Amino acid sequence: MNVADGLGWWGVPLAIFAGAIRVSTPYLLVSLGECITEKSGRINLGLEGVLIMGAMAGYGVSLLSGSAWLGVLAAGLVGSLLGLLHGLLCSLRRVNDIAIGISIMLLGTGLAFFLGKPLVQPQAPMLNAIPFGFWSDSPQIQSALQINPLFLIGIALAVLLHYAFRYTRWGMQLRIVGDSADAALALGYPVLPTRIFATVIGGFLAGVGGAFLSLYYPGSWNEGLSSGQGIIAVALVIFSRWEPLRCLWASLLFGGAGALGPALQAMGITSGYYLFNAAPYVLTLGILIATSSPHRTLVGAPGELSLVRN
Amino acid sequence: MKLMQRFLPVAESIAIPVMALLVAMLLFAGFVMAVGQSPVEVYSLLYQGGFGSAFSLQNSLLRAAPLILTGLAVAIPAQAGMVIIGGEGALALGALAAAVAGASLNGASPHLVQTGMLAVGALCGGVWIGLSGWLRHYRGVNETISSLLLSYIGIALLNFFVEGPLKDPASLNKPSTAPIGDANMIGNLPGMDVHYGLLFGVICALITWVILKFTTIGFALRTVGGNPRAAQMAGLKVGYWIVGAAFAGGLAAGLAGAIEVAAVQGSANASVVAGYGYAGILVAFIARQNPFAVIPVAILIGGINAAGGMLQRRLDMPDASVMVLQGIIFVVIIASETLNGRLRIFKPVSPISAVIPTKP
Repeated sequence: MNVADGLGWWGVPLAIFAGAIRVSTPYLLVSLGECITEKSGRINLGLEGVLIMGAMAGYGVSLLSGSAWLGVLAAGLVGSLLGLLHGLLCSLRRVNDIAIGISIMLLGTGLAFFLGKPLVQPQAPMLNAIPFGFWSDSPQIQSALQINPLFLIGIALAVLLHYAFRYTRWGMQLRIVGDSADAALALGYPVLPTRIFATVIGGFLAGVGGAFLSLYYPGSWNEGLSSGQGIIAVALVIFSRWEPLRCLWASLLFGGAGALGPALQAMGITSGYYLFNAAPYVLTLGILIATSSPHRTLVGAPGELSLVRN
Repeated sequence: MKLMQRFLPVAESIAIPVMALLVAMLLFAGFVMAVGQSPVEVYSLLYQGGFGSAFSLQNSLLRAAPLILTGLAVAIPAQAGMVIIGGEGALALGALAAAVAGASLNGASPHLVQTGMLAVGALCGGVWIGLSGWLRHYRGVNETISSLLLSYIGIALLNFFVEGPLKDPASLNKPSTAPIGDANMIGNLPGMDVHYGLLFGVICALITWVILKFTTIGFALRTVGGNPRAAQMAGLKVGYWIVGAAFAGGLAAGLAGAIEVAAVQGSANASVVAGYGYAGILVAFIARQNPFAVIPVAILIGGINAAGGMLQRRLDMPDASVMVLQGIIFVVIIASETLNGRLRIFKPVSPISAVIPTKP
């Protein structure tokens, strides 16, 4: 019995499902990190640069140490350093967090291209996936159910954050700082340290998201690795209304959109390749347009967020 | 005293970016040392490669030409309070539209073809960035994010048309649109290896500067940017101003793309997406969104870009070295905003500031 051929058209949704999980993981990690940062009232547009630095650092450390997980850790640490830089600079008076974000995007990209130049050729050890498809004889199902542990960590984190924001003292402090600096001061919460800490955590997760790109899918280091995924993740947090669990669904949706181009190309439909690759951007823009309104601030938006304040 | 009051703010707006540039150069020197190169050698090469000879100076001016326009693409909307970062996509679409216009007008007189290409390219860029302004005012969508998303979409459209429906079958190893023809190319300035695009850029910057500084248009834009509600009360149609400023910025970026096609490439292809749109953000921020200051800053950044190849050839440093330098400059310049109005030497002791304490 040849199961692989017998799958037929069922292979298409399976490919999109598998692709969605693969492609969505960086979106999920970056958007959860940005969710924490934005809850504190700051926005970090520099996550695009952080993502690409994380991808480069993760790949480099994995190559040098021989351990992909050390690479993930290094990517997170590099990301938190850039997050710290963003957090500290934004704490200066009159310094605009969006402008600092754009500048860190440029700096991170430049540094990653500079330091990553020797990493284009060699092959680093990759992250291993967990084969959840062991029960099936079909190689397609088996490969579709190769799920990377970072995706599972992302799901766990989304659930954890959902509860942490609601029911823990830490989550409470974060939300109050993000909604009103005056109220936080009145309650005795330290505003700037909280925001800097939230930005550092956001940077850590974005760095790990970058390591997923270079160490698992697509799984190599090159300069075109992240084309705007960090920015899409920022927009995705707005779409998710600053809710971690919605970040999960939104990431899967975007992962599916991102998997569309490669999936169709694998089936031999190549004509609109560049247009299909633009699908996540079109989707993001469409959703932003549909959910925004000039007459009210967005439901659930942290009050101190410069991005949604008119 | 009156002279001092006029002079001090100008001195401050020049001195702070210059100090920030020096700090950024020191930081880059540290980075250069950390990767095992000599900062003295790197900076002298940057100078030689950017401004040291007639050849390198012309090379810098060549790269400054699109940067003046992409800098304006950020600086003009900034007057109305918008942070637009999508110049790269508007440039790509401007290039595509200009190439299509050039090919379809082929056969007409060269001047008509050139005018047509530049007009259509600029218009296309204007519509693209104008869309961001429209979305901001009428839909409440943040213009920074929407312009960047539109930028990626614009680049994807360029790639799609260049590799697909508009691909010239003769362009084998580098997919391009049909060539506009040598006769229709925009030539060089007399006696130089720099094309007329530089002149167009300088003229655009000067016109913009004059309009913003000496007419009520500039005042209205700044009112809209500073306080939309007050502007509305004063009878300004805020929406028109927002969309208009974004459209004008897009015109500049689209024109930059059209010039790249009409003066350098001769057809639209992936090479027009060379990062000029992103470097324009840096140019506008160093120039403090002043259209006049955009000209010298664009030449400076153009020079740094032009010298990148020199670092690569002589010291075997990656071509991203100049990106690192620009990134450091950008971060320090933005952070130096915090010094604005807080340095005592720039504070005149005037009757007004003695009575009304300045805000901390």
